[in-house]
Amino acid sequence: MLGVLAYFQDFQLTWSYFFDQLVAGLTLGSLYGLIAIGYSMVYGILKLLNFAHGEVFMIGSYIGYFVLTWLGGAADPSIPVAATIALMFLAAMLGAGALGVVIERFAYRPLREKRASRIAPLISALGVSFFLQQLAVLLFGSAPKQYDAFAFDGGSLFTSVTIGPFRIQYMQLFVIVTTVCLMAALTVFIARTQVGRAMRATSFDLEAASMMGINVDRVIVVTFFIGSVLAGAAGVMNGLIFQNVNPYVGFQVGLIAFTAAVVGGIGSIPGAMLGGLAIGLGRSFSIGYVSSSYQDVIVFVILIAFLLLRPSGLFGTPAPQKV
Amino acid sequence: MSEQTPQPERSGPAIGADEWVARSGERARQRTGIVGRVQELYERVPKPAVFAFVVLLAVLVPLVTAQTDNDIYFLRVGTVALVFALLALGLNVAVGFAGLLDLGYIAYYGIGAYGYAFLSSDKFGIHWQAWLVLPLVVAVSALLGLLLALPSRRLVGDYLAIVTLFFGQIFYIIATQGYRISFLGLNEDLGFDRANWDLTGGPNGIANVDRLGVFGLEASSERAYFYITLTAVVVVFAVLTLANRSRTGRAWRALNDDTLAAQAMSMPVNWLKLLAVGVGAAVAALAGTINAALLQGAFPDDYNTQVLIIIYAMVILGGAGSLAGAVLGAFVVSVLMLEGLRPQTPIGDFTGNGRWVFYATILVVLVAAIRPWRRLAAILAGIVAFGVVVHAMVAVTTDRGTDGLLNMGPDEYSGGGPLGWLIRHWLALPAGTYELGSRNWFNFALVGLIALVLCLTVVKGWKRDALIVPTVWLAGFVWETRLAQETSGPTRFLLLGALLVGLMIARPQGLLGRPRVEIV
Repeated sequence: MLGVLAYFQDFQLTWSYFFDQLVAGLTLGSLYGLIAIGYSMVYGILKLLNFAHGEVFMIGSYIGYFVLTWLGGAADPSIPVAATIALMFLAAMLGAGALGVVIERFAYRPLREKRASRIAPLISALGVSFFLQQLAVLLFGSAPKQYDAFAFDGGSLFTSVTIGPFRIQYMQLFVIVTTVCLMAALTVFIARTQVGRAMRATSFDLEAASMMGINVDRVIVVTFFIGSVLAGAAGVMNGLIFQNVNPYVGFQVGLIAFTAAVVGGIGSIPGAMLGGLAIGLGRSFSIGYVSSSYQDVIVFVILIAFLLLRPSGLFGTPAPQKV
Repeated sequence: MSEQTPQPERSGPAIGADEWVARSGERARQRTGIVGRVQELYERVPKPAVFAFVVLLAVLVPLVTAQTDNDIYFLRVGTVALVFALLALGLNVAVGFAGLLDLGYIAYYGIGAYGYAFLSSDKFGIHWQAWLVLPLVVAVSALLGLLLALPSRRLVGDYLAIVTLFFGQIFYIIATQGYRISFLGLNEDLGFDRANWDLTGGPNGIANVDRLGVFGLEASSERAYFYITLTAVVVVFAVLTLANRSRTGRAWRALNDDTLAAQAMSMPVNWLKLLAVGVGAAVAALAGTINAALLQGAFPDDYNTQVLIIIYAMVILGGAGSLAGAVLGAFVVSVLMLEGLRPQTPIGDFTGNGRWVFYATILVVLVAAIRPWRRLAAILAGIVAFGVVVHAMVAVTTDRGTDGLLNMGPDEYSGGGPLGWLIRHWLALPAGTYELGSRNWFNFALVGLIALVLCLTVVKGWKRDALIVPTVWLAGFVWETRLAQETSGPTRFLLLGALLVGLMIARPQGLLGRPRVEIV
């Protein structure tokens, strides 16, 4: 019995500890959500599980790192901190977006044109994912690259603001706010613009959309671009939060983000975001209250539970199979 | 990888879909080039005869080899290739027959190895006989495969992919983290002797695993393991060949072609999917057991995602759905890529095979892909001339050994023998190329090479021919400056990843597979 008591005493079962986990979970969740959107959008249109998406995220993170290094490092940036961060995001988002378009053009489009079997693009995606991962090992080395912490006004991005029992780091605030902004922009883009409407139509029925005069190939390119841009932004955020980037981070985070997309209902954009938050919170609480070694096991259990109980996810609608 | 098979459908819907499907047989018979001719010859020989011949050949291999170090290495390469062949055969059931993307396959391989290690090693002091452990481990693994596929059974194949991929990851996490299992800090209360219970040995794995043995007879020589693995491969091959021809095999193929139609024909689609994953899991567990006994240990890094990619590359290269293809793919990838690219072999004295393998592969691909021979000859001449001209230009403008040209004497035959000498006079290698940690120009050259290869897939006609020349030169440059030194690590996987993508685009049916007819 002593063991049981000791076990519960180990946890600070306090509200402030709980809030810490909550905020950390929301931050992680924003990150996963941003990546999950890319998976979900591509899946919604092409029914393709884009394994390489995680790798796009990883490359985005590296681009952010190199921009940071190029600008003189976080400790002594040659231009103001805000401008440095903005440049990092801009470069990573554009670079990742370009990479996503290249992947689509060279790895997936030829298969689409050939009407390959259903399993072919998946294997191609697996190959691209591995190729990019090992390419990063060769180009950047397998040792993690350090993102240094920014310092400003006598504090750093990791300084906390305290509001009652509620404590939040500048970094976490920044990630959550940025994610909300990106989400809002994406929602407006999908709902209001012509391209957004074309994307929705293509996602609903690719063939019918192409018969209605929508340039499906262009819509797919735009989809890959937007998804990859968001992954690039998530890559920089990941670098800023965990302060390093390594070639294998894309695979690990990508897998979790894909789970988030499934949990949220694959094909649904708000679903991907909510799924990301759910997985982020689950991971964060399992780190905080159970064990740090088995967070991925927890995510796996969530995935299995969803597949058993609600296979279409939180927001997905069970799609009737068309013949 | 730019192998060209005639693809009339690529040029747009010149004919209707129905007619296109009706002509598929005609197209499948249409054989071109060297690959096609070899296939035609191969098909004239009766299949059982080919099978018996190959098995006989394999049986003879250990008999003709003496016991020098080189021979032992040779035999070990053969055994490892056979283990991979077994794995490829098992994966072929799920991927090739049933068309399911089972990415947790590696976990069953690991379960076989760890299961055997638990039940016959010093780890827990249990030393069961192999004939007892083997069926048990295989059955448990098959059951796990069934259970795991269960939640994704009513969903499309992609969910199976993600669930199984995750499962593979979980297995790896448990294998590497399982040396300090803490049941919520209650280990002492639950009757364990330590606060951190050790199950899997963590990153160090489990060593001192028993060798395979039956009734006191123990397999201890390389030869014995070769024969054991060969027997396993032959048995599994025969069983799967029969299974493929059976009712179930036909049902699997129907499932692969069109799940919905199969269901409409009242086939038990879900059960068939589960069965395919289960059978694959059983074969993988068998391979895992053999591997653990062969290495006398179970180590987590033999069961990670990278090995999964290797097995996938084998199945895809050989041709998904073809059992002979799976074995062939396993041998090609295992012998050429895993062993051939090694800078130095662990036993024996084979060195520098990687260079031969690399350039020979480029040559073979060029020969197979470019017709007629006049074009091929022109391109090859262009490649040689291009290299020599670039070398001469660099030699004129920069000093040897400073920043332009390799600081090795012009008549030095050491680094790589005659082939190495030739290559150094064809490429303009930067100074310090073969020194450890030196990677001058490598990053730019690699990115440039990838860009060139991507361009190759877009341009057509004489522009493509012209582009092949600098691409091959740059490939040689990239190989010599860095890839050759990384062959046991990233290079291998970089090439495997490229192989998967390239095959899917250029030749999805692999070497021995049948071109698939997609019914629209």
